[in-house]
Amino acid sequence: MNRVVITGTGIYSCLGKNLDEVRESLYQGKSGIVFDPARKEFGYRSALTGFVERPNLKGLLDRRARVMLPEQGEYAYMATIEALKNAGIDQDYIDSKEVGILYGNDSCAEPVIHGIDVMREKKDTMLVGSGSVFQTMNSTVTMNLATIFKLRGINFTVSAACASGSHAIGLGYHFIKSGLQECVICGGAQEVNKYSMGNFDALSAFSVRETEPAKASRPFDRDRDGLIPSGGAATVIVESLASAQKRGAPIIAEILGYGFSSNGGHISNPTVDGPVRALTMALKDANLLAKEVAYINAHATSTPAGDASEARAIDQVFGESLPYVSSTKSMTGHECWMAGASEIVYSTLMMQNGFIAPNINFENPDDDSAKLNIVKSTINKEFEIFLSNSFGFGGTNSSLIVKKWT
Amino acid sequence: MVLEEPIPPLSLKSGPDKLLHMNNEDVILKINEFLTEEFEVDPGKITPAASLKETLDLDSLDYIDLVVVVESNFGFKVKPEDFTGIVNFQDFYDYVIRRVNAKELA
Repeated sequence: MNRVVITGTGIYSCLGKNLDEVRESLYQGKSGIVFDPARKEFGYRSALTGFVERPNLKGLLDRRARVMLPEQGEYAYMATIEALKNAGIDQDYIDSKEVGILYGNDSCAEPVIHGIDVMREKKDTMLVGSGSVFQTMNSTVTMNLATIFKLRGINFTVSAACASGSHAIGLGYHFIKSGLQECVICGGAQEVNKYSMGNFDALSAFSVRETEPAKASRPFDRDRDGLIPSGGAATVIVESLASAQKRGAPIIAEILGYGFSSNGGHISNPTVDGPVRALTMALKDANLLAKEVAYINAHATSTPAGDASEARAIDQVFGESLPYVSSTKSMTGHECWMAGASEIVYSTLMMQNGFIAPNINFENPDDDSAKLNIVKSTINKEFEIFLSNSFGFGGTNSSLIVKKWT
Repeated sequence: MVLEEPIPPLSLKSGPDKLLHMNNEDVILKINEFLTEEFEVDPGKITPAASLKETLDLDSLDYIDLVVVVESNFGFKVKPEDFTGIVNFQDFYDYVIRRVNAKELA
């Protein structure tokens, strides 16, 4: 079995357009949430969203590549450029190896709606243009990035709701651990346009604290009233230790464990048992005791039921050791398909820079969160091992454990 | 923070301009303008005798986008088989002018 390391990361999110900006936002406890009047006009119950500015790719990508890319594909491209650069991977390396891609994505709402609108009006499918089919498929991110970067290894998309990005990294870890791949570009991408989240808003799952956007996302806080949708993309270059050492790559961290489970229950109501099994499996895979995990980046999205279930699961598995816990969704909102990957990037940034980012807006615990060691404001602290949780609709759970490379 | 400018609403490309009484030069200018914009080519490379396919670097997918920009600018659809007779820009201008005139007469 190969050891699996992270040699590069890249991020494009509502906290910043690159690692430096995002590190600073995390350290400052800065919120990326805004009130978007267009959502109100569109009929949303809550007009709160993470704000992500679309990159201008003219000059970076040719017309053909740009025509194929939907919004979240643009973010994924930006994050991947940064990650490859940090990993020291250039086109010559990609051309000489079978580099793969496994990316989380679970919707392409805007291009679907746009295409259907054109067909309805024009009664002629051709008038949707050449890019529509490539933008509308769930695998749009992997098909586009594999084409742009001329990748020749494993190539598919992971759709697992809000655990997509985490499972993508977990699968990349297994492809490398087993020796099937040497290097895989992993990550997660999430569209932010107003068309993408209307049906989620319909479930009354979003916070309506619209007068205080920066305070609306408050995971684990007693007065939380729902999540805030957000997005962007995060890329993590996952590689075998042997490959990384052979090419003299900058090794950032080692992936020690991946645990997963399915609740076997309701499509949207959480359980405690499902996450407990994923957490336990991740610890076992990493060959670690619970007390060896210093920090948990919680999935907690700021919904009453979800946060409570996760708090109970963390307490059940880690109770005695009281690791630091924070949900960076307090700043980012819920980055959905991307979250499992971005939260690996956020936690890795903390680990590299010796701090733990706060769970902002955590003012009063409830009975469940009172049992956890939740970080209210930034702590300057060197640490070596973190765990990141991601859970999704349908009861899919993923937990990843990462250790600093020293 | 409140977004100062709402995210622009999704809209279909604006419909064709008023085409009536457009003279041939206007049609050619319009074609050059949207081809330069859509296919990102140096306007200096567009000459009547230049190859449409090579100048615009058209692959099979690009022809679909060419159909889309013609439709959104002139309001008629190029049938894919019509491209077989179009080699250079002059051929393309002639074809579009013929279709525009046919539309005006209709």
